[in-house]
Amino acid sequence: MAKDELGETLHLVGTRPLRPDGLDKVTGRARYGADVSMPGMLWGAVVRSPHAHARIVKIDASKAEALPGVKAVVTRADFPEGLTGENWNLQENTMAGERALYDGHAVAAVAATSALRAQEAARLIEVEYEVLPHVIDVDDAIRPDAPVIREGAADATVPEGSPPNVARYIEFGHGDTEAGFAAADLVRERSYKTEATHQGYIEPHACLGQLGADGKGEMWVCTQGQWYIRQMCSSVLGLEAAQLRVTPSEIGGGFGGKTTIFMEPLSLALSRKAGGRPVKIVMTRSEVLRATGPTASASMDVKIGMTKDGMITAAHAEFRMQGGAFPGAPVDMALYCAFAPYKLPAAQHIGYDVLANRPKCAAYRAPGSPMGAFAVESLIDEMCRELGLDALEVRLKNAVKEGDRASYGPTFGSIGLVETLEAAKSHPNLAAPLGPNQGRGIASGFWFNHSGETSVSLAISEDGTVQVSVGTPDIGGSRASIALMTAETVGIPYEDVRVNVVETGALGVNEPTHGSRATFASGKAAVVAARQAIAEMCRRAAAEWGIDPEAVEWANGAAQPAGPNAGKFPPMGIEEIAAKMGSTGGPISGHHESVPEGAGASFGCHVVDVEVDPETGRTTVLRYLVVQDAGRAIHPSYVEGQFQGGAAQGIGWALNEAYIYGEDGRLQNAVFLDYRVPVASDLPMIDTQIVEVPNPGHPFGVRGVGETGITPPLPAIANAIEAAAGVRMRSLPMSPPKVLAAIRAAREG
Amino acid sequence: MNYHTPSTFEDAARLAGAAGGVTRFLAGGTDVLVQMRAGMVLPDDLIDLKKIPGVHDIVQGADGGWRIGIAVPGAALGAHAALVADWPGVVEGMELVGSTQVQGRATLAGNLCNGSPAADSVPGLVAAGATVEITGPDGTRSAPVEEIPAGPGKTTLAPGELISAILLPPRGKAGGDAYLRFIPRTEMDIAVAGCAVNLRLEGDTIAEARVALGAVAPRIALAPDCAAAIIGTTLDEAALAALDAAARAACSPIDDKRGTVAFRTEVAGVLARRAAAIAYSRAKGE
Repeated sequence: MAKDELGETLHLVGTRPLRPDGLDKVTGRARYGADVSMPGMLWGAVVRSPHAHARIVKIDASKAEALPGVKAVVTRADFPEGLTGENWNLQENTMAGERALYDGHAVAAVAATSALRAQEAARLIEVEYEVLPHVIDVDDAIRPDAPVIREGAADATVPEGSPPNVARYIEFGHGDTEAGFAAADLVRERSYKTEATHQGYIEPHACLGQLGADGKGEMWVCTQGQWYIRQMCSSVLGLEAAQLRVTPSEIGGGFGGKTTIFMEPLSLALSRKAGGRPVKIVMTRSEVLRATGPTASASMDVKIGMTKDGMITAAHAEFRMQGGAFPGAPVDMALYCAFAPYKLPAAQHIGYDVLANRPKCAAYRAPGSPMGAFAVESLIDEMCRELGLDALEVRLKNAVKEGDRASYGPTFGSIGLVETLEAAKSHPNLAAPLGPNQGRGIASGFWFNHSGETSVSLAISEDGTVQVSVGTPDIGGSRASIALMTAETVGIPYEDVRVNVVETGALGVNEPTHGSRATFASGKAAVVAARQAIAEMCRRAAAEWGIDPEAVEWANGAAQPAGPNAGKFPPMGIEEIAAKMGSTGGPISGHHESVPEGAGASFGCHVVDVEVDPETGRTTVLRYLVVQDAGRAIHPSYVEGQFQGGAAQGIGWALNEAYIYGEDGRLQNAVFLDYRVPVASDLPMIDTQIVEVPNPGHPFGVRGVGETGITPPLPAIANAIEAAAGVRMRSLPMSPPKVLAAIRAAREG
Repeated sequence: MNYHTPSTFEDAARLAGAAGGVTRFLAGGTDVLVQMRAGMVLPDDLIDLKKIPGVHDIVQGADGGWRIGIAVPGAALGAHAALVADWPGVVEGMELVGSTQVQGRATLAGNLCNGSPAADSVPGLVAAGATVEITGPDGTRSAPVEEIPAGPGKTTLAPGELISAILLPPRGKAGGDAYLRFIPRTEMDIAVAGCAVNLRLEGDTIAEARVALGAVAPRIALAPDCAAAIIGTTLDEAALAALDAAARAACSPIDDKRGTVAFRTEVAGVLARRAAAIAYSRAKGE
């Protein structure tokens, strides 16, 4: 669809009204996970393993149970047996069975009449461990002689004779890479490593669960996906899904980390054992960092062939990633995304999903893509330097366009990479002068964007205002964007639409807000539902006028005769139709459920200027530009917010964030003081430029925008640091001690 | 847990001396309350000092010296123009502690008694030649600030003793001080290395100097060799290089999650040079 085709008739899409949740959030009225309380409520506390790997010899809860106010203690013995596959993984991660698999792994939980009493009881639960050898680093974990995390973890993809902690093997590619490398003027192969990082959401996990002996339960929880919580808790506890009703709270950040379960089943198990009294569990930050999903760490070898004028002739990647003690490191996604911005005559990809004694990884904003980009975008920059080529021109020269075969297989539809690179090229930041010890880096990034199971209902209220019920929790402004699209479709003011994120009892199954899908999928479904309601309102008007429904059309929030031949009636507004709908046929609503097709991929290009203090190795981000294809920005402020948020998290990942483990395998920095996410003063105002190459798969052209933005920062900053300080950092984080050591090594030759 | 609100330091000392279990004094509380919440410390007796008259006051004596109450928060130090004019290095060290919210509570005395080798306000006090007034069961005594730290989390204060005031000497003419720390972020972090320099000029020449290093040894301490490297100089390149070397030689840091031995040592030299340059420029009235 051409861009102007959309632009002409839009009144609300593309404007920046106030966010519907703004007043609640600034006044403290918004209800987050820990804000829900109930009469008779108990507090839960979790006993966690202090060992990275240990056999659980004995759990003695007698002292805790003797404490007044303690109502229930649960261990793995309180969970059903016989689970398989990912359900078993989830159960094992929720509560350790025979062995604790990482520092922080839950081994028991207790419910008591106060939070303090529950914590005291947790300290009284005695766990006897037999400490086992452990392994933390991915390159150590893939060694043939590494401590075995789990016998038989390898699935059918893993070749015979692989090291014991390889759980999954991925291999794909196309073309003749050998011929491609032979045709290149320069072939380079380098190794890169990225650290595991946490999503770092401000709101810790919190839930209130209630479960009766009859298997009926309710849960109020901070989550990105209430149906996932329902399905996973039901599986882990052996419940019937429809008997568990899950209500999502307002959410203080998720970034993928709240698309799965951690302590939620524990509150239900404790509640069931405590006679059905509701049990609240609120994690501390230390529990969040020790036991909830970070992303994976990666060790990557990349080989690229390039001609001296910058054409890429072939590429090869081998990625090894650990995602904790369970399979699921996003090594497949990392490989799919790694070369996605490039049209490659030949490419080969090999991946290993490796187990280690670390927490089970969860999704984190474009899972895998930032790691792949760090390796590939760094190497391309290194090769451009060696060949004396402009890094942006080389990216343009090799950029994929509509109709090109993607490095991961499918053929691209409408995409906006070239437009994005062109926009970056002409942005004033590229002409900003640089001083001593300052350097500029650029990198591209990619995310597929996801659609997923979606169910949305819309209903006309008696006064002509509209409510929309969606199943995708609002983590990035989706209520505002869905309200805008609904109001645009119905022809009413933005303020007349209220979008509610509803509980599992109110709609069919919805996937979580993940894969940058909420504005795309729930928005698309809301538009279809709105059109149904409009059709019904036209029928009501037609009935009153006594004309054929096909002779009625909808414009500016009112039904009106489609033409002079249809009859002469004044427009009948939504308020009038709504006021009398009770007597004209009953409630008017719309509903749509599907797996919407046509999620459009989003490419981005980041340009960063840094200054490196040559005496301390400290990197200061001076200037940062995000250019990204949004398809169409429904609420541009939220789109810019997503761009800036992705960049901010990427800057943290690049410069300082890391899990620091001691020799004993214990996490040493399980607080925000030492797990160093950037603070506000670490960042410049992040400049944004929205590119709009409309996605034909969405009624307003939307592409998901939430994830691509975290992909380019890692390599963009590495590229800028080389430009500023003359050192190439191939291992994250690029913290001052590492950069200073590299500068010293370079100086001393 | 018993919570006490004595109205004199003598009463506080008596309470602490008589307490048998784990005792903590509460001034700003920005360490104690966090430690309690994290379950690191569960005191049997918590002695709140904020009700004692004078603990919130900053008073300049007739000789030009300063007496700072033990509950004066960092924000109040920073807002005191005359104190900032006299001892900018002391105040900037304290102002680096925590966030704006923490600055509303956190105190010099608490930062000192927490015993952290990385305490940001302590090198400035040491370099300034500050002393503390100590009240104990046997009466009152005073001691130089550098004698209080005894290693990570420890002080030389005897059971029942507590600090009842921080005393800064008169600034005098042609003096300047400065504190710099290294952190990977821009704020809300713990020093990986820190250095305070206090000096007095006669003409362009440094007549007196005191240098203190933080986060590069088990305790914050004076570095006499650093002072010697710049006394008698105009802080020229040679003096700065000698200072850098002396600072590095004075380091005995550890490798930990916040920094390596090599990094802390190298950066301590860099910070010494940079802090000295600032102190020198302040002494010149620039």
